[in-house]
Amino acid sequence: MSDDVILKVRDVYRTYDIKGGMFKKASRLTAVKGVSLDVERGSTLAVVGESGCGKSTLARMLTMIDAQTSGTIEIDGLPIDISKTGISKEMRQKVQIVFQNPYGSLNPRQKIGHVLEEPLLLNTDMPAAERRDLALQMLEKVGLQPEHYGRYPHMFSGGQRQRIAIARAIMMKPKLLVLDEPVSALDLSVQAQILNLLADLQEEMNLTYVFISHDLSVVRYIADKVMVMYFGEVVEYGTRDEVFDNPQHDYTKTLFAATPRADVDSIRKRLAARAA
Amino acid sequence: MTNTSPATKADTSKLETESRNATKAQLAEFWYYFSQNKGAVVGLVVFALLVLTAIFAPLLAPHDPDFQYRDSFLVPPFWEEGGKAAFLLGTDAVGRDILSRLIFGARLSLLVGVMVVTIALTGGIVVGVVAGYMRGAVDTFIMRIMDIILAFPSLLLALVLVAILGPGLINAMIAIAIVLQPHFVRLTRAAVLTERSRDYVVAAKVAGAGHMRLMFKTILPNCLAPLIVQATLSFSNAILDAAALGFLGMGAQPPTPEWGTMLAEAREFILRAWWVVTFPGLAILITVLAINLVGDGLRDALDPKLKRS
Amino acid sequence: MSLLEIRNLRVEFDTAKGPFRALDGVDYAVDAGEVLAIVGESGSGKSVAMLATMGLLPDSATITADKMEFEGLDLRTLTTKERRKVIGRDISMIFQEPIASLNPCFTVGFQLGETLKTHTELKGRQIKDRVVELLTSVGIPDPSGRLNAFPHQMSGGQCQRVMIAMAIACSPKLLIADEPTTALDVTIQKQILDLLVRLQQDSGMGLIMITHDMGVVAETADRVIVQYKGRKMEEADVLSLFENPQNPYTKALLSALPENATGDRLPTVSDFAEAGGF
Repeated sequence: MSDDVILKVRDVYRTYDIKGGMFKKASRLTAVKGVSLDVERGSTLAVVGESGCGKSTLARMLTMIDAQTSGTIEIDGLPIDISKTGISKEMRQKVQIVFQNPYGSLNPRQKIGHVLEEPLLLNTDMPAAERRDLALQMLEKVGLQPEHYGRYPHMFSGGQRQRIAIARAIMMKPKLLVLDEPVSALDLSVQAQILNLLADLQEEMNLTYVFISHDLSVVRYIADKVMVMYFGEVVEYGTRDEVFDNPQHDYTKTLFAATPRADVDSIRKRLAARAA
Repeated sequence: MTNTSPATKADTSKLETESRNATKAQLAEFWYYFSQNKGAVVGLVVFALLVLTAIFAPLLAPHDPDFQYRDSFLVPPFWEEGGKAAFLLGTDAVGRDILSRLIFGARLSLLVGVMVVTIALTGGIVVGVVAGYMRGAVDTFIMRIMDIILAFPSLLLALVLVAILGPGLINAMIAIAIVLQPHFVRLTRAAVLTERSRDYVVAAKVAGAGHMRLMFKTILPNCLAPLIVQATLSFSNAILDAAALGFLGMGAQPPTPEWGTMLAEAREFILRAWWVVTFPGLAILITVLAINLVGDGLRDALDPKLKRS
Repeated sequence: MSLLEIRNLRVEFDTAKGPFRALDGVDYAVDAGEVLAIVGESGSGKSVAMLATMGLLPDSATITADKMEFEGLDLRTLTTKERRKVIGRDISMIFQEPIASLNPCFTVGFQLGETLKTHTELKGRQIKDRVVELLTSVGIPDPSGRLNAFPHQMSGGQCQRVMIAMAIACSPKLLIADEPTTALDVTIQKQILDLLVRLQQDSGMGLIMITHDMGVVAETADRVIVQYKGRKMEEADVLSLFENPQNPYTKALLSALPENATGDRLPTVSDFAEAGGF
């Protein structure tokens, strides 16, 4: 099914020039080094790595916030190279992003209704009444109430805000959704709700996810394919079972070994080792 | 997806009430923190009285502020020996009622405050947002100009500007606004710099917001808190500067009942008739103090760092 | 006798919307040589209890307790000065944001030295030796070279190591770690947790781990207190908690872990709330 690849990334690099100062030479930092990947429609690719590994830079390139330095990105057959062609409304409707911190990603002075309507206002000619209907539908879809429409973000809990951020991202019915650590700022019980919501939405709207995370247990739960990044490079790329059952790269192994285990056997083993 | 519109299900008017309630809750919270600061409440009351006085000046003033009573030069306040009940706070050297002049002067002072702050704030916000948002050469260029303006002693610069533009209240206001503007530019720029990299700005950008929308609709409302505080403090500053210019003869011209000008006219009688200098001075002091107290309270209520402790 | 014993602790905050009860009658006890984990989600009051013990809550908080003793010393009646003596020497605390917890204006060596100067009798040369010793014990490579490093020149993990060094500088009897690894990467988290447990075992101090992460609990704790909305839901030793949780909320939390997922959907706490009625 190679023709159903919705996101095609080939050999993408991103470098940052660090300006030199009086005592410092100018230098160049390569945040993403030659990443290639394919994501099939309706599936979830998880990008795993620690801070500074370039996973967020990758997310910013996929969502057209930053341009790639070299390489090609193709979303739903549409080539993306914003440094050359700019961003068209058509491109914008293909891909959206959900950020990690639900407290920072909503404008504190904007009521929820306006948050949701903003993408429609900017990209379509829809009349106000229709926009409001869509926003209300969307609120219901992500598990919020219509009366939340006129409230401010600070009146909501972290989980509710993340629902709002998700609702905003899917207002334009994008094909691809980039989720940049969407649950890592949330409590465990809320995390479960949001993961369930994401699963429901994926099924309903046939969404494709690029799920960026450092939490392996979440990745194992949600991903179809997993990509592990380390210092800007892809060190492991395969289906979930391949990667989790048989990690090839040393870094992946270290990562798995470091993840805390919350099962009874591991606790027993630890306590036994401690008593000894 | 269902095709029934939830808006028809949920009563539209209910949504609007809900939305209004949210706004009300916001205001209620603001008032709670503001009213914690007792000084600010006192300042607000005084300021409100001042505004009322200015609005109803013709009704409140016992005399015409410009009418000269030839038979009563330098009459002391009513409780002093030789005072007349008709002139509660006495008269000045040409027989004008000081109380009436002060009451009408409130109009001018408030006008000066409002005008100066409006001009300085609007200009400062636009220039500051552009500088903070654009960064780079534009930013450097704007900020260097502001640094140059700030390098002059403010009153001196205002004097120079008035000298160029010609004396008069309007020109004085323009001069003071120009002098105060760099503070707003700096403040706006600093606030924009911290806000522009926040996720919600990026999110608006991803949603397709253009530069103008990002600058003035997304970022600016979140930078207003420090600006409001600065605006109140500048309000009092403007009144002070206008009075100073008036005193130096470069602001409002006689016989305008402006407080600073009144002081200037009374200069030669300081030793003989204390009331001609004391009351305009007190008026300036009380007004400026009240506004500063309000500004202090606003800072308490708007500063998120103090609020979320 | 327990090292720290608190009975019926209540904490209330004054807010714009009236008093808010952050903790409602919770008991805590920790013994020397024991690792107690306090686990809960945001709003559970898990940090508030220990901040109250340390006297670090703002003035808007009202603290009442039937008993609040550290080694038989009543913490409620201490003056600020006496409290300062106990805190920092016998009880110390590390926080979530290691980089923000260090003063950016001073070098790491200086800040460690200050702690030693305040709480011990050491002088000049001895202080420097002890600082190097401490940095070595928390696993900082090239400790004598790192003395003159400023916090911003170090990574988050290293800063947390320095914070730990500072916390154990006076060989405290009780160390409180408030989400010590939440801001760190998984591999660094592992190292820091191992370090904390090793230090705790070597010195025999009591360790209180405040966390929201069940994985951290499973990796470190002896005994666990589960909190929810300011109340204690369950207290048990770590094995029986994970093996056989009694309280519906604990059950809910454990089954919400993605690694315990069985079907297509994750059970959420609200599913249990309806059934369990907490």
